[in-house]
Amino acid sequence: MKYPSKEMPYRIALAGNPNTGKSTLFNTLTGLRQHTGNWPGKTVLCAEGEYRFQEKNYTVVDLPGTYSLYSNSADEEVARDYILFEQPDVTIVVLDATSLERNLNLALQVLEMSDRVVICLNMIDEAIRKGIRIHDQKLSSKLGVPVVKTSARDGKGINELKKIVTRVAEGRIQTRPYRIRYSEKIEEKIQSIQSQIENIFGDQLPSRWIALRLLDGERSMLNALKKRIPKEGAPDGANLKSPYPVEA
Amino acid sequence: MEQTLNPLTQSKHKQLDSLFSEAESMTEPSSRDEIVGQIFRASKSICDEVVHYQDRQKLHRSEKLDHILTSRTWGFPIMLAMLGVIIWLTIAGANVPSSMLAETFGWLEGYITLGFQAIHAPDWLHGLLVLGLYRGISWVVSVMLPPMAIFFPAFALLENFGYLPRVAFNMDRLFKRSGGHGKQSLTMAMGFGCNAAAIMSTRIIESPRERMLAILTNNFVPCNGRWPTLILLSSLFMAAGVASGLQTFATAAIVMGMVLFGVVITLLVSWILSKTALKGVPTHYTLELPPYRRPKFWNTVIRATLDKSLFTLKRAVIVAAPAGVITWILANIFIGELSILEHIVAFLDPFARALGLDGFILMAFILGMPANEIVLPILMMGYLSTGAMTEVEDMAALKQIFLDHGWTWLTALNMMLFSLLHYPCGTTLINIYKETKSPKWTFLSFAIPTAMAIGVTFTVAQVARGMGWV
Repeated sequence: MKYPSKEMPYRIALAGNPNTGKSTLFNTLTGLRQHTGNWPGKTVLCAEGEYRFQEKNYTVVDLPGTYSLYSNSADEEVARDYILFEQPDVTIVVLDATSLERNLNLALQVLEMSDRVVICLNMIDEAIRKGIRIHDQKLSSKLGVPVVKTSARDGKGINELKKIVTRVAEGRIQTRPYRIRYSEKIEEKIQSIQSQIENIFGDQLPSRWIALRLLDGERSMLNALKKRIPKEGAPDGANLKSPYPVEA
Repeated sequence: MEQTLNPLTQSKHKQLDSLFSEAESMTEPSSRDEIVGQIFRASKSICDEVVHYQDRQKLHRSEKLDHILTSRTWGFPIMLAMLGVIIWLTIAGANVPSSMLAETFGWLEGYITLGFQAIHAPDWLHGLLVLGLYRGISWVVSVMLPPMAIFFPAFALLENFGYLPRVAFNMDRLFKRSGGHGKQSLTMAMGFGCNAAAIMSTRIIESPRERMLAILTNNFVPCNGRWPTLILLSSLFMAAGVASGLQTFATAAIVMGMVLFGVVITLLVSWILSKTALKGVPTHYTLELPPYRRPKFWNTVIRATLDKSLFTLKRAVIVAAPAGVITWILANIFIGELSILEHIVAFLDPFARALGLDGFILMAFILGMPANEIVLPILMMGYLSTGAMTEVEDMAALKQIFLDHGWTWLTALNMMLFSLLHYPCGTTLINIYKETKSPKWTFLSFAIPTAMAIGVTFTVAQVARGMGWV
């Protein structure tokens, strides 16, 4: 695991369904210090901003709001590629506390892709008003990652969220992300493909997740993976920041 | 790209390829359903353990409201009423502040002119800076700011309340019937704000065919830059014959008519394209209706004013200021009897007349290509530069400028139609190219609206003249 040097800001990604107050959270976190960044290859505008917390700098990227990460559409691919290839130091999954069940699907997918995840139960005030009670500690132990309750539009829980994000980014919280067990048949197939993926990419990409996508027959995944390989083979030192090993 | 790959990379590509085909051979049609199904089951079982409902009854409030707002009988009337109220509020509320702003600018101009005289500035400098630049900007600000300061916050409040997805839900049936994707109604709703942004928002549509439909037809709803044109022209001209008490209603009705016409054209063009160049059957999708939320009133109003109104205005002023200077220069350099401006206008005039417009209007649309916000300013600067030196006084003075150049209700109507239907602005076209990566489709997204604009205005002008209405 790599840690940014002192000057390098931690990179935080915000993922979540549309309409979960993700952008509100983004604005609350970054205040007015935000600008729009343009990601290479796609003309998709992801808002990008910074904040400072306890003497450290954080770059926050607001990923497109999506229901899944299966590359059904261009914006899902952008969100997927960012989490998969840019490997943010922490991915905050923003969930609408008033409809947790539907929102949890995306969280489970992110947990299959990354270890450093913080669940943000947003709009908790509204949930309470509607008489919905969520056992956050139980949820946290189920999912194996920290859960923070927030109400972004009133700024509630933001400080707590920042604290937890810092501790996950620094590796001071050990996570044990919930991994879904599939049927025996699928698990066997995953096993056989997973090792080959590790042969190619080492342990830098979530091999189990990629195996699942390949079993899904997702061609766009194959192309995205291929695009990543040339960087790795580049002879000069230009690829130092690439998250892939030079030798498999 | 292939030839630059080194052997290591190449071998890895091969490894990946064979891995993929291996995976493919293992894939069964049911694999995906099984994987997705397992995720859903996991979500459910986790939620069953951690979520407790005190009162399930409370959860259904949203559904009750949806039952009315998206009902087959009431959905459309409520939608039209909401739109009508917003437009009416905008028109009724904007008149007074518009006049006040105009008066203030006119009053200031007197002092600026005195200042120029005091330092013995040459006439051409006064002409360029005050009569060209200052007057142009004054008109833009007084005409555009008040309606925007009402319309955008009102629209944003509805948006934050959660009404827009319901609009999409209501419109869904129509779009499906015209061969498009139901989500096209959402991207269309985005277009009411900004077409360039709406083009980006078409990314939510999965199928490339239906996404292209949404891109090609997005321009047929008026964006931020075109609302002021529609609102101003309809309030100045279209409601003139109506009893004074009902004038704002008549104006609002006309603007609404324009919007509905744009929606009809959107559906029509989608339908034609889906039967010809973009054949196919609409795909299915799930549209989520998010819960209604009480918007944070002042927060929304202030954000909408700052982000949208001032942004649009800034764009108009920044682009319009140099355009004003250029227009003034063109109007004051003479070749033979006529200024360059008049040469251009004279050249465009015959064609423009056939569309029920005039050479100035067409020139304004052409020069206004970079941003729709500046079409009206350029038009006014063009008119102002040709001797009809109207001071910025009030809205009646503005109407007089148009009347002096031979405007009738037909001119106003056709300018509104042309504005509604014509080619997308430069920013939108650039976005279309970036999103489609295709010169052909980018060109079509320019050509289809332009052909519609010319066709419709020509027909309207010929019919109106033929029937002797003008």
